[in-house]
Amino acid sequence: MTPLLTLEYFFIGCGGVLAIVAAQIAGDATHPKRRGSALFWLLLAVAVGGGSWLPHAAVGYVVVGLTVRTAMKQVGVPRFAASDAGQLEARARRLGNRVLWPVLVVPAVAVVGGLVLDRVSGAGFVLASTRQAPQIALGLGCAVALVLALRVTGERPLTAVREGGRLLQLLGWALLLPQMLAALGGIMAKAGVGDAIAQVVATVLPVDLPGVAVLAYCGGMALFTILLGNAFAAFPVMTLGVGLPFIVEAHGGDPAVMGVLGMLSGYCGTLVTPMAANFNLVPVKLLELRDDYAVIKAQVPYAAAIWVFNAALMYFCVYST
Amino acid sequence: MIKLLGLLVVGLGFAFRVNPLLVVVAAGFTTGLTAGFSPHEVVTMFGRFFVENRGLTLPVILMVPVVGLLERHGLQERVATLIRRAATATAGRVLWTYQIVRGVTSMLGLGIGNHASMVRPILVPMAEGAAQGRHAKLDERGRADIRAHAAASENVGNFFSDDIIVAIGALLLVKAFFDNAGVEVALGDLKFWSVPTAVWVIAVGWWRSRRLDRRLQRGAREQGGPAP
Repeated sequence: MTPLLTLEYFFIGCGGVLAIVAAQIAGDATHPKRRGSALFWLLLAVAVGGGSWLPHAAVGYVVVGLTVRTAMKQVGVPRFAASDAGQLEARARRLGNRVLWPVLVVPAVAVVGGLVLDRVSGAGFVLASTRQAPQIALGLGCAVALVLALRVTGERPLTAVREGGRLLQLLGWALLLPQMLAALGGIMAKAGVGDAIAQVVATVLPVDLPGVAVLAYCGGMALFTILLGNAFAAFPVMTLGVGLPFIVEAHGGDPAVMGVLGMLSGYCGTLVTPMAANFNLVPVKLLELRDDYAVIKAQVPYAAAIWVFNAALMYFCVYST
Repeated sequence: MIKLLGLLVVGLGFAFRVNPLLVVVAAGFTTGLTAGFSPHEVVTMFGRFFVENRGLTLPVILMVPVVGLLERHGLQERVATLIRRAATATAGRVLWTYQIVRGVTSMLGLGIGNHASMVRPILVPMAEGAAQGRHAKLDERGRADIRAHAAASENVGNFFSDDIIVAIGALLLVKAFFDNAGVEVALGDLKFWSVPTAVWVIAVGWWRSRRLDRRLQRGAREQGGPAP
């Protein structure tokens, strides 16, 4: 069955938003890094919007080029004038609680859409594939919210993109980072980095003791997730290299207990690594925090408390069921 | 062993706070080249994985025009006003409640939001509004503290209760891995063993939010007394 809605439409939409941001920067004579910044957003628009049609090598050179330009500080953020408090209050008073509706509509559409999109089907088609349904539902939620927000505020669509562009420029290179980290994970997987790590763990530690095997596995999941930024990448490597041979085969541990708590130990690593940019660095920019590591620092106590719990639970339960 | 050189690049790069984007690209080249790929092949891999993972930032790019537009019309101020009317609200309690709601919905395989669509427009103004209602003064440090913890409650709520009831992500991956490895596990067992950690995470969230409220109170006292 062919899905009617695919993420492709949303990628094109994103490319459009990014292209308008580029055009607005190009037309802004007061922008400190006008040409460099406009080029950055235009190229990003092409890579995001046209990625499916361009050869991978071309996209690769574009994103590596964007990285070099960012590192050479060719991309800048203008100083945004603080909004006039009086004007803001007058507008807020006029709208009252109506200003909240568009934001609340997003989770509503996301939840309902996530449940029904992949079940609505007709002659040879389905609205969305099960794999893409949650993301498409969220995208649809954003689209509905935008239409509603324009109606409620009575602003023109270009104003929305300009205000969005302000926030996007605050994000800057952080917007590129999650995909680049995923790429690094992919390259490391192809190079066989995981197997090398598992080998090191197994030779350095006395994993033939049941307790040490649990510690090595849970610790390895967290550490490897910290290095790669992704527990899903760490899981197969650590489980093949340490978990299955030493916990399950050597000591008769229960693979279900081991697998679940191992994955959850990996998540503790996700909480404390800058490599998980989407969770830990993008919000820093989005919330306009000064310290790049502010979110990670707040999450360290969570990660420690949860990791200890997971490792202890695994030690007491994995060998006894 | 030489394959691990890329990880060293990552560690050193982050330790010396080099631009993360540059660190990642440098580590990718180090890893790829030491594994015998050509520079062109490494660039092509970056391109391919970038295209395949565009979905990661999709919700952020699509959501910011809405958030920006509404902030122009006083969204954050409005949310803060509403929460100030609730007498029992504190920043910590607001964040803890959100963490639980986020956890329960993600248990059902549903996502109610993310940093762009919930944390910035709704959660942060709510928590800051609650803190201002309580302590009157909220300094720069207290504000940053609340914001960092708001991001944390979104992440923690999101991570530790996925798929306990409806499996769509991690547990399916675990199951598929064991199937491929020829080890028999039941999806029901995987769900069952996810529960204790999900409960523990709520307790940890309660502890962290109490600590946050205490810190805010102390900060307000140092600044010259609670609200009159």
